[in-house]
Amino acid sequence: MLLDSTLDSVEVAEMEVLKAAEDIGFGEDDLHQIGMAVRESMVNAVVHGNRYNARKKVHLSVTKATDRLTVVIADEGEGFDPNQLPDPLAEENLLRQSGRGLLLIRAFVDEFQVRRGQPTGTEVRMVKYLAKAS
Amino acid sequence: MSVKLTTRQVGDVTVIDATGRITLGEAASSFRDEIKDLAAKGEKKLLLNLSDVSYIDSSGIGEMVSSFTTVTNHGGQLKLLGLNKRVKDLLQITKLYTVFEVFDDEASAVRSFA
Repeated sequence: MLLDSTLDSVEVAEMEVLKAAEDIGFGEDDLHQIGMAVRESMVNAVVHGNRYNARKKVHLSVTKATDRLTVVIADEGEGFDPNQLPDPLAEENLLRQSGRGLLLIRAFVDEFQVRRGQPTGTEVRMVKYLAKAS
Repeated sequence: MSVKLTTRQVGDVTVIDATGRITLGEAASSFRDEIKDLAAKGEKKLLLNLSDVSYIDSSGIGEMVSSFTTVTNHGGQLKLLGLNKRVKDLLQITKLYTVFEVFDDEASAVRSFA
């Protein structure tokens, strides 16, 4: 799915992913976490990656399996090195206004990878597993 | 739905009742502006009631932190009231529980400013 670099696309992506997550059978708390991870990733792609550039797109891929949901979000921006970002949990950074998006995504999905897109941009891959019923 | 803020006085404490979602865009910036205005007017004891806030994203958290800094720089205090479990989880994940004073009931929160 190709999405424009607008904040409306954040809503579109969240709805698309949540529909797939509901099909798999995720519960309400998981849905909230998945939705939040997707929103944060989409905001990163639209705002920091593509910088709202109308000529650049955000690529969304959603893959359903019986036990997991995989979401890949890629932008066409200049790319970044996540290891160069300030640690939002360091004492001196706690009062910074921004920089918590990746922290929240990591907290809300089971697998999270960031890599350089081809030929440019950033691609994030998130996997959430369906918890086995106890 | 974006966030809607209304203010009321409880003694010398200004309670800001927030309703809706605090997310990137107009919602988060209007939230910041409102609290900045209160701080600029000299309000020193601000209690942000989030009981009816269903959703906060990282931008919303950023605006809350920014508001906290603004109020503190004006010599005031900004405290939080009525966080639901999800918002509490966000503060835990981001370690902001160490920054904000958080209360479950309004009376205790108001008394804490004395």
